[in-house]
Amino acid sequence: MIEAINLRRTYQTTTGVVRRKRLDVEAVRGISFSVDQGELFGLLGPNGAGKTTTIKMLITLLLPTSGQARVLGHDVVDDAREVRKRIGYVFGGDRGLYERLSAYDNLRYFAELYGVSGHRQRQRIDEVLELVGLKGREKERVEGYSRGMRQRLHIARGILHDPEVVFLDEPTIGVDPVGARDLRQMIADLITVGKTVLLTTHYMFEADALCDRIAVIAKGEIVGQGTPAELKGNVAGGRVTEIEVFGVDEATVVRLRGVGGVSAVTVEEQDQKQLLIVQTTGERELTQPLLAELDGVEVGRVASREPTLEDAYVALVTAE
Amino acid sequence: MSVLRVVWSGFVMNLKMLGTSSFFLLTSTLQPVIFATIAFYMFKSGGRTGTLLYAALGAGMMGVWSTTLFGSGGMIQWQRWQGTLELGVAAPPSMALVYLPFSLANAFTGMYSLAATLIWGRIVFGVPLHLAHPWLFALALPATVVALGLMGLVLASTFVLYRYANALSNLLEYPVWIASGLVFSTAILPTWTRPISWALPPYWGILALRHAALGGGVWGPLGMLLVLGVASIVISAYTFRLFEHLARARATLSLT
Repeated sequence: MIEAINLRRTYQTTTGVVRRKRLDVEAVRGISFSVDQGELFGLLGPNGAGKTTTIKMLITLLLPTSGQARVLGHDVVDDAREVRKRIGYVFGGDRGLYERLSAYDNLRYFAELYGVSGHRQRQRIDEVLELVGLKGREKERVEGYSRGMRQRLHIARGILHDPEVVFLDEPTIGVDPVGARDLRQMIADLITVGKTVLLTTHYMFEADALCDRIAVIAKGEIVGQGTPAELKGNVAGGRVTEIEVFGVDEATVVRLRGVGGVSAVTVEEQDQKQLLIVQTTGERELTQPLLAELDGVEVGRVASREPTLEDAYVALVTAE
Repeated sequence: MSVLRVVWSGFVMNLKMLGTSSFFLLTSTLQPVIFATIAFYMFKSGGRTGTLLYAALGAGMMGVWSTTLFGSGGMIQWQRWQGTLELGVAAPPSMALVYLPFSLANAFTGMYSLAATLIWGRIVFGVPLHLAHPWLFALALPATVVALGLMGLVLASTFVLYRYANALSNLLEYPVWIASGLVFSTAILPTWTRPISWALPPYWGILALRHAALGGGVWGPLGMLLVLGVASIVISAYTFRLFEHLARARATLSLT
């Protein structure tokens, strides 16, 4: 249904005012993946990893610098119009809606653009409003909507013309936990009605809960690909040790990375303290050697646990 | 997908949005009245009271052109800020078709300027509203509005590629007023400016309206409006396609 082959995208930017220099920024560096029918495929990566650029190439808003991409067999460059007819897409965030119009007027306009026939429009708009839980609020202007309501409206717009493939770019970003949970349920429901979904997110639990397969993308490259279980399996056999510390410096973190059996160390700032997340390979207990490297640093709670998808993700995106 | 349905729904939608903008309503209400007042005093001080309707039509058309120009210029930029430009590009119809109704709606709202100017002139300055050819006037008015809207569409297409091209709008307001003969006759302009005037729909629009109101040949200017309107459709279809392709290559469709 979706196929990306060695897809690459370079942006050109300039620096300086008088002596202008042209810079090439490689946002996507030759990525390849495919998504099967009825699959929910996740592109997982940190901010600036190239997720949105990838999705924008697939939905025909950006031209690839090189490589090829096909959606439902249609090339996204040569056959953009055919692709556009058959896909739906949803961007996260506040923008992308006609603020001064009601939700109903927004949907009615897009129904016309996507060729939903006149006699079917009212029924279809009612269906999607019901599906996203905006029934009863559709006559209100969008400018008065909360972030969660806007996201629901984005989804309603994206599926209004009943597309076979839906692209969701960080659909739960900035939405409160309850609203985000509802949106995740909505996304899961899309699969049950036979849609193929490509989802980008940087929320691990979201990807873990929703996706059949995930590609982890970092610095424009796919650094890992597989089912959530397979990705977790990449760090399986190892353990994760979490150590609370107060005022650890970079030199100490570097020393910890040098301890035999340590595969990755990340530092999470937590108010006055930091949480060191140390991933280890093999079954060897490394708590003592790690604490020895922390000599002179105030240490709080120490815990050891099984790796999660987040650990797999961190290991993949931090690997040099 | 019916082309007419897309145009109609976009037209109605844009009118609804313009109707909810206090800024737009305020400027649309005040600007023509200010233009009209200045124009009437200019013509009165010239002692040519018989040409007050001539002045009223010119002042009204100034408002129509300003609304079309800033509406079209701002349309793409505003859609870009709002994040809806990408939605228009990624929709199945061509970009020219998606944005045609927006331009037409902008020009249509400009008709208010003309009406307000004529009413203001009648009430405050006693301008006689006797029209030599009322039916031809009724035909010339929508023809002018549509031709201006289509010209606005050509301008709008350039803003797809250039993020700050709406600065161009500011440059084009006064020169087009002058080159189109909205303020005074183009006969007093240098001869080399004639081809520029002939290429401008406002020139033929005001000619059609003045001839319909004061007497003179209307069909010639109407024919030219038709020719320029068709030319604008052809040009904008090409430029929208070209600039959309370039914007996808240069990544200028969104702000991020």
